[in-house]
Formats: sequence, C-alpha cells, structure tokens
Amino acid sequence: MMSPITARFALDYGKFQLEVDLQLPGTGITVLFGHSGSGKTTLLRCIAGLQQAAQGFLQINGQVWQDSERKVFLPTYKRSLGYVFQEANLFPHLTVAENLQFGLKRIAQKSAGVELSQILELLGIGHLLTRMPEHLSGGERQRVAIARALALKPEVLLMDEPLASLDFKRKQEILPFLSRLHQELSIPVLYVTHSQQEVAQLADHLIILAEGKILAEGPLSETLSRLDLPLAQDRQASTVWQAIIVGQDADYHLTHVAFDGGRLSLPTIDAPIGTSLRVQIFARDVSITLAEPTATSILNILPAAITGLTDDQAGHSVIRLQVGKQSLLAHITRKSALLLGLQIGMAVYVQIKGTSIVN
Amino acid sequence: MLSVADIAALWLTCKVAGIATLLLLLLGTPLAWWLARTTSRWKGICNALVALPLVLPPTVLGFYLLVLMGPNGPIGRVTTELGVGTMPFTFAGLVVASVLYSLPFVVQPLQAAFAAVGEQPLEAAATLRASPLDTFFSVVVPLARPGFLSAAILSFAHTVGEFGLVLMVGGNIPGKTRVVSMQIYNHVEALEYDQAHWLAGGLLMFSFSVLLFMYSVLKTYPVAHPLK
Repeated sequence: MMSPITARFALDYGKFQLEVDLQLPGTGITVLFGHSGSGKTTLLRCIAGLQQAAQGFLQINGQVWQDSERKVFLPTYKRSLGYVFQEANLFPHLTVAENLQFGLKRIAQKSAGVELSQILELLGIGHLLTRMPEHLSGGERQRVAIARALALKPEVLLMDEPLASLDFKRKQEILPFLSRLHQELSIPVLYVTHSQQEVAQLADHLIILAEGKILAEGPLSETLSRLDLPLAQDRQASTVWQAIIVGQDADYHLTHVAFDGGRLSLPTIDAPIGTSLRVQIFARDVSITLAEPTATSILNILPAAITGLTDDQAGHSVIRLQVGKQSLLAHITRKSALLLGLQIGMAVYVQIKGTSIVN
Repeated sequence: MLSVADIAALWLTCKVAGIATLLLLLLGTPLAWWLARTTSRWKGICNALVALPLVLPPTVLGFYLLVLMGPNGPIGRVTTELGVGTMPFTFAGLVVASVLYSLPFVVQPLQAAFAAVGEQPLEAAATLRASPLDTFFSVVVPLARPGFLSAAILSFAHTVGEFGLVLMVGGNIPGKTRVVSMQIYNHVEALEYDQAHWLAGGLLMFSFSVLLFMYSVLKTYPVAHPLK
C-alpha cells in the first residue's frame, strides 16, 4: 500500500543539494528538524510547489502534485495545502477577517462557516477580526496566519518555523494552541523547526535533515534515543514519554502519572485524573545504579535494561535503556560506565532527578 | 484673460495627457511588473531603454519618431498600408509620442512599488488558492496603490509639460496639435506677454501643486511593504 505522503525531491544549487526520499504518515505532526542550511525549509517549499526548480515526485492522499518524469507540476494555488510562514505574512491591506476569508472565497465549498468559528475559538482570535494586521502582536499575527491556513481544510498543513520569529513569551503563548491543534486535527502536519523544545512538545514523527539529506526518520521516542545520531550526544538530549495522570497527592504536592512500563511522581500538575501528557526526561538528569537504591532523595527509581551504549571520546558515555516499553537516554561519565561495568543487556536501575512536562 | 484659442489649447493638452496616461498605465503596468521580477539578461537593456527619454533631448526623440512614422519610415508604411495615413502632425501621432516621452515616469514608480511588494505576499496568496492573475489584482494592485497614483500623476504632469517633442512630431496645428506649451510660445513670438503670463502662470501653479501633492500627501501614504 502506498503511504499517505510520498515525497522524492532532488534540487541542485551547486553549493547546496537537496536529495530526499520520504514516506510520511497521514496523521499527526511530522517534524522536519535540522540546523539552518540543512534543507528543511527548502523541502517544505518543494512540497508546497514554491520551489519550482526541484525535480521529483510528490503524492498526497493518492493525488499526484508533482511528477517530473511525466512533466506533471501542479501550481501551488491548485494544491490543497495550508502554509504557515516563518513570518505571519498576513496581507497588510486586509483586516483579520478579510485575511481569513481570502482563501475561503477561493475554494468551492461554502460550508466552512461552522469550522471557521471553531478555528477562531481554538486559536483565541475571535476578538481580533476587525483589526488590521499592523495592530496585532507578533503572536496574534501568527495565530491568525495559522487560522487562515486551517480554514481551507487542507489535505496537509505545512508550517515553516512558525515560532522562530517570536520571543520566548510569545512562543509560550502559541505552543498550547499548537498542542491543541495536534489533538483536534486529523490532517497531517509537516512542521519545520530547529528547536529541540518544539520537537519534544509537538512531534509524533521525527525527520532529521543535514546538508540536504535525511539523516534519520522515525517515531519520536525511537528517533530521539538513537545512539548513532548527534541528537543523542547533544547536551540537551532527552526522551519523551507519553503518560496519563493517575493520582494526586495533596500532602506532598505530587502528581502520579503512569506510562507504558511504570509510574512517575512529578511536581503537582493542575489537571484532572486521566489527562494525557508528555513527559520530557533529559539524559543529563538520569543516573544509573546496579542495585536498587534504598537511601536516596530521588523519588523516581525504575528498573531498566541497557540496550545500547556509546561514548564521545571526550569522557562522556551515552547509555540507551529500556524502561517497560519506553526508551530512555542517560548521560554519565565514561569513568562511571567503566567502573559499573555497564554492558548491553544488563539489568540496572535508573534514577530520574528531574522531569519536565511539555504539554 | 484666456482667449478661445487658449482654452482650445488647454482642452487639447488635457486630452493628450489624459489619453497618454491611460495608455501608459495599461502598457506600463505589465512592463514594470516584468522588469520588477525578471532575472533575464535583457533586463538591463530594457531598463536603459525605458529611462532614455529622461536624458534624451525631446528633439532627438521627436526626430526619430518623425522619421519612423513618416511616409518612408517603417511605421509610416504600415499605417499607410492600413489606410490611416501617416501619424506626424496628427492628434494620434502626438499621443504616441507622448506615451514614449512619459514612459519612464510610469514604469519607474510602478517598478519600485512592485519590487517593494516583494515575494512574500505572492507566495501567501498562492498558498491560499489565488492564481497569479487573481493575486495581481487582489494583492499586488492594492499594495502598490501609491505607486499607481505617483505614476498617473507624474505621467500626466510630464505630458502637459512637453514642448520639444510636440514641435517635432505635432507641429502647431490649432485644435489638433497646438497644446498649451505651444500656445505660450506663439504668444511670446507675437509679443502677447499678458496672454503668455496667464498660461505660463497657470502651468507653473499646476506643476507645483502636483509636485507638492506628491511629496507631502503621498509620502504619508502607508508605504506598501509586507508586514514582518
């Protein structure tokens, strides 16, 4: 069976070459991650048809948008896509409402009224409709831009670093909306970013690009914990677990969450039991013991098995572990790894010093 | 005060300038759009050709037009063949000459306005299902509005002010090619300084008002640029 999204592109700019061959899932957020110059934005523009020089093949839900061999190239305005640019790119001569209507007026279906009001509510921009874009904050503009793209009910939503031009505060203002989109949208989203934080918060599927090529791709936690990728060596290396709130402990101000393979105690999260959330665990916050520690201040101690280890030739070891069905990374010193005699297959205990809830 | 001949000259001037401006907006818009966006190697040559009337003496432009549109010129042969006769010393000839003469005054402001619009609104429009033509009228034209206004005002005012070209191509035929600048010349030749003063003063006021409007009012227009 054909994958919902098939994308093969080749583009040669002399100094920069893009060469990708991807099969992407038809739901959830696929993050295209890489440093600047890695080709992630170029790839997104190829999919949108904005980079017309690219040769290749692109099929979305059975429709061929580009097939260079057969000289097929559907122009951007005929592709059922939504595109959110790095800078909101609203039309400065139109009000917010007119910006939202711009695309709607140009698609055949007229039944979008209900959906539009849902989108306005989802993004919290209902009160801005009569404003001109120049009188909006950066965060508001970007939310309008997202609504404008979503209103078309596209077959795929393309987002090019939608938070990159915003300061930290504005980012925090938009991220919850994106997480909600994630839960409420059924269309696939391709999301370009160079922020590991956004990867942890939003990605279901991760594609890592470097110098125009695909370095790795796969489900988020699997890809994050791959020892052969630079991501696992990074000081900000982390893994992300999906968990559900199962209990509140008011005396100690703790929330208990269950994941596929155990439980964690976290600082109080103000949400009802049953809420699902993502827990990010940084590799530097994980330590390893051979026996179950009894006298320790650390609350979260879990049995684990070592599934991989590597070192960076600079005194640090990266250990990959399996906790229940979840993968976990630990950064420890090479000396500790040698003293403990860590080897693949060993049963150990992990102590998790800190966690952060990403949504 | 103004004589009947003066008023006829004024009316003719307005007609020539109005029609030339209209034609220039129609022809200059696609040319300026192309120049603002092309990466063709012909761009430099075209820019230079468009700017020529800025530096060329109007008599030179007029001389070549006279030769080209005359009975033995290539354009003249075509117009004769088509049964409309030759264009020099006719109203049509004057309009054609004016269009060439004022071309840079339309193309240059439009080109600058189109360049200021940039690529981003065009791409946004394309992702919102607008075809290129649709995008031009619904996004580019509104964003480039100050450019269109400047182009129209400048080309009208500049056409009103032409003299050398009219002398070469139009002649001095009352009601047909005798425009205001010609009429002033006639008055001075005939030592009718009073009459000349009325027309010359009027033209001076007109030109100053137009430029004042351009520099004070248009300056405060929201300049067309995509929001960052």
